[in-house]
Amino acid sequence: MKRQIPLFITFFVGTLLIFSVFIPPMETLGENFTLFFDIIAVFAFFLGAGNLVRVHVSKLRKRKADWGFSIVTLIGFGFMLFVGLLKIGNPGGIAADVTAPGSWFQEMFNYVINPLQSTMYALLAFFVASASYRAFRAKNREATILLMAAFVILLGRTPLGMMLTAWIPDSLSIFQIPNMAVWIMNSFNLAGQRAILIGISLGVVAMSLRLILGVERTYLGGDDSG
Amino acid sequence: MDNIGVIISLILILGGLVTLLIRSLQAREVDRRIIFLFIFLAVAAPILFPMTFKEKATQVVKSVFDKIENLPEGSTVLLSFDFDPAMAPEVQPMANAISRHCFEKGHKIIFMSLWATGQALLSHSLSEFILPGFPEKENLVDYVSIGYKAGNEGVLNVIITDIQKMFPTDVNSVPLDSIPIFDNIESCKDLDFIMSIGGGKPGPKEWVLFVGDPGDVPVGVGVAAVVAPQMYPYYPGQIVGILGGVKGAAEYESELIRVHPRFAEMDTPGLRMMGPQTLAHVVIMAFIVIGNVVFFRGRRREKKE
Amino acid sequence: MKKTTYLLMAVISALFVLSWILKAGSLSGETDNYVIQGFLITFSAFLTLSVLSFLYADNPLYKFAEHLFVGVSAAFWMCMGFWTTIVQNLIPRLSDGLSSFFEVPPQPGDYNFFFFIPVILGILLLMRLSPKGGWISRWPLAFIIGTTAGLNFVRYLRSDFIKQISNTFVPLLGTEWQGIGHFFSNLDLSASGQLVTMAANWVIFLGVFCGLIYFYFSKEHKGAFGAASKVGIWVLMLTFGASFGYTVMGRISLLVGRITFLFRDWLEIIS
Repeated sequence: MKRQIPLFITFFVGTLLIFSVFIPPMETLGENFTLFFDIIAVFAFFLGAGNLVRVHVSKLRKRKADWGFSIVTLIGFGFMLFVGLLKIGNPGGIAADVTAPGSWFQEMFNYVINPLQSTMYALLAFFVASASYRAFRAKNREATILLMAAFVILLGRTPLGMMLTAWIPDSLSIFQIPNMAVWIMNSFNLAGQRAILIGISLGVVAMSLRLILGVERTYLGGDDSG
Repeated sequence: MDNIGVIISLILILGGLVTLLIRSLQAREVDRRIIFLFIFLAVAAPILFPMTFKEKATQVVKSVFDKIENLPEGSTVLLSFDFDPAMAPEVQPMANAISRHCFEKGHKIIFMSLWATGQALLSHSLSEFILPGFPEKENLVDYVSIGYKAGNEGVLNVIITDIQKMFPTDVNSVPLDSIPIFDNIESCKDLDFIMSIGGGKPGPKEWVLFVGDPGDVPVGVGVAAVVAPQMYPYYPGQIVGILGGVKGAAEYESELIRVHPRFAEMDTPGLRMMGPQTLAHVVIMAFIVIGNVVFFRGRRREKKE
Repeated sequence: MKKTTYLLMAVISALFVLSWILKAGSLSGETDNYVIQGFLITFSAFLTLSVLSFLYADNPLYKFAEHLFVGVSAAFWMCMGFWTTIVQNLIPRLSDGLSSFFEVPPQPGDYNFFFFIPVILGILLLMRLSPKGGWISRWPLAFIIGTTAGLNFVRYLRSDFIKQISNTFVPLLGTEWQGIGHFFSNLDLSASGQLVTMAANWVIFLGVFCGLIYFYFSKEHKGAFGAASKVGIWVLMLTFGASFGYTVMGRISLLVGRITFLFRDWLEIIS
């Protein structure tokens, strides 16, 4: 039972959503099931948050390494939840946009989440530079082709590309770096990406079918006790 | 003053790169923090001493611009902010420029988001960058923000047939059926143009798969640079055009200024960012060249031995 | 903790307070909330620098920033989900009392008994947090998996498979030769002459074909098949090169964004 019911649910919902595309009277049913999915997605957010709290409380209790930082996580979580759920400082009251300018929730987003997340990703600029110096080698023909395409794009997608090759006459404009970049993007890149896309789509379609028909069951886990 | 600053910065960076080359050829270890410092300098110097360049829009960008430019006045455009702060420096300039363009042409805009962070960034963009340039535009009449809903592509699967079912109200709990913009809009199929700006999942790709293709609605995409190459297979058959990364934003801004010169007075972050972008690209290419020079020298020496 | 750590913390705290005072001072003419705004901008800059400090080495400041981000983000998504989807989409369909409490306008014909289904499934999903009742969370999980599979099946087949193949069948030979024409015009491939357009079409057709052959592993890559596979690799390498170029561009943009914030909003050394 612990496996049969989930397999039936997957089959039922998956099949219904496929049929709802082709059979117009089933459209509303498909919409409603998708709405159910959207609502369950929010419970998944709650689950994620609950799990985060559980992990950090346990870390704190057991005084594991860096347990002090778990306090930071829990305080940050608690404070954001408090200002968000109660819409503290929201100029429009309870019915207004939760992200209304001036609300504490929005200020926390602007001045805490925004700088933290964007800086974490900005770190990648440094690591890309370091990798370019240490690892990007034209070791063989394939790597050389990759390197050349990268150079054309790096130059062609900046004004420098045009400045360097502006002297090339219009009749040979294909050799101007920005035009070469356009050429690579619209033909070679398009072809390569399309080949990858077709491969991925076949994978997605096959996996969807396996899931709906109950052939693929790994998401149910191996342990029945939960 | 700016020119002197630029020259000094260039000399510093060039001198540093030569030193790096010499040290590398001598097979001396180069600390990764030195490399980090170079990148920081290459980006910081043109921000301190701005370098400005002229941009020319490529066809993939121009098609989006022309689509908005040629829509009849009063058309309804949906603009989806499907991004987070990790992509914002690249794609927020596009979102701002496109919103301004739509307002300038008298189109009505429906703002929404498939990312929770998108709604917060949308709120910030509207109050700080978009609306100050258009004080005459009225909420619910000229534009409306219906915000974010959880469910990724599930949201799109509903709004392709019924927007109100997924978004019963706008962000301020005003029922959609009382909002003038929605008088003739029941589903996404009734929209004149959809522009999805993002770079992750759900994002532009999902708009093509779940709305553009099944609903036969024109969709344009503005994407983070990392995702831009992946969108080309959809162009021009399935999407109107692509704005890829900060370069796409800069091209759009330049086209906007060319056609509507009054926007030259407004902030154009895309164009502003092309200075640091250019110098950083050059430095990274120099790193690749230095790395390879050292590699080939070493390999030749190995062969000799 | 070591004495130097205490000293470092004291210095950082002093710099933070100094920056706050200076920032609040510079904002005093612009806004009434200059003390709070000054604090927020200083705190934002402090967090930015804390994350950047990871470039030197892993350190407590970075860990502080990282842990704060995790906690605040989780609560952010939770609140957004609650206000935008639970309050606006679910509550009006379940309870008039709760609707009026949250000031969500009731919609005619909104009440729908079936919307208890996602509530029950959602609660079952939360059972995953319980040590013994976790197995029942497979039911909502099965619902999520079924929905995703059902939604993706048709869309990927249509947009990423059928349409991609049909878009690959481009005219390889023009019916009427109109001369070579422009090699390129206005950064636009489609505005080129017949020769370039045809060449691009050949590249697309052969590129996709050879790229797919490279991904076909059920036959040994030898002879003509191997040659096509080799061409496929080259096309893919050009594709990855373009992707690398764009990736560099993207990462640099993010750094530009942060440095601009530090220089303009915090230090005010640029306008």
